[in-house]
Amino acid sequence: MAQALAQEMEWIARILSGERDLFHELIRPYERAVFLTAVSVLRDATEAEDAAQEAMIKAYRGLGSFRGDAKFSTWLTTITLNEARSRLRKSAKVKVKSLDNTDQAEDYTPFLVADWREIPSETLEREELAKQIERAIEGLPPTYREVFLLRDKEEMSIEEIAEALGVKANLVKVRLFRARMMLQKQLAPYLKRELPQRRRWFSWLGGRA
Amino acid sequence: MRLDCKHVWPYISDYIDDTVTPEERRAIEEHLEHCEICSAILDSVHNILVLTADDRIFRLPLGYSERMHERIGAELAKAAPGDSPE
Repeated sequence: MAQALAQEMEWIARILSGERDLFHELIRPYERAVFLTAVSVLRDATEAEDAAQEAMIKAYRGLGSFRGDAKFSTWLTTITLNEARSRLRKSAKVKVKSLDNTDQAEDYTPFLVADWREIPSETLEREELAKQIERAIEGLPPTYREVFLLRDKEEMSIEEIAEALGVKANLVKVRLFRARMMLQKQLAPYLKRELPQRRRWFSWLGGRA
Repeated sequence: MRLDCKHVWPYISDYIDDTVTPEERRAIEEHLEHCEICSAILDSVHNILVLTADDRIFRLPLGYSERMHERIGAELAKAAPGDSPE
């Protein structure tokens, strides 16, 4: 990890001193994350791709201003969010919804299921389930959707997300909790149980650090 | 510390991220041990997160990477990096 960071800083210095082509290598690990960040705001693959390209170009043009006090990935996330949000504002067909203002208390009662088991990797073979999940995520209020995808898709830490969004870590946690519970409530009914055996609920805990 | 179901729910997200205190963790696990409903909710949230992380959710558009590098290549040929993202 520290080695990767040192490598990035070295590449950035070399790009700035003239080895421009290294920029291709610098951004390669983040192509996917940048797209997903743009999708989290724009909810449209074509628009997200345009925003992702533009964000990368802006990162290149602004590379000299990267000081290394944040991780390069976090800096790139902030640029992408700004790019995507400015496109969203400009896009006449998308109206700013009051949904955006959703950090108020609401009822987050989960969908109650007595027994809910399914093997995730196999369930995605059902194409319509993947679509269902994407639609549910796209349907989240914008501020929840951003935090949810940054955390649970891109696997950024709470602190990195707080830094990229310019908000407090606690607010990130609150939004994340609400996003996850809203998705649980919406998706649990579609994921019918397929495993008759009672699985021990904590068996997966070791797998997620 | 003894918890009711509705007091466990707000902790499910933090519990998954392992950002609860040891005392909270003990209380949550004690509750989950005998509560089928809450452990099923925890399972379902966890499974949704596993599904979300799968590459088949929000696939990259075909040719995305090629177009990205083509665009970057054109920019690199045009100008040196500056010190303003705008």
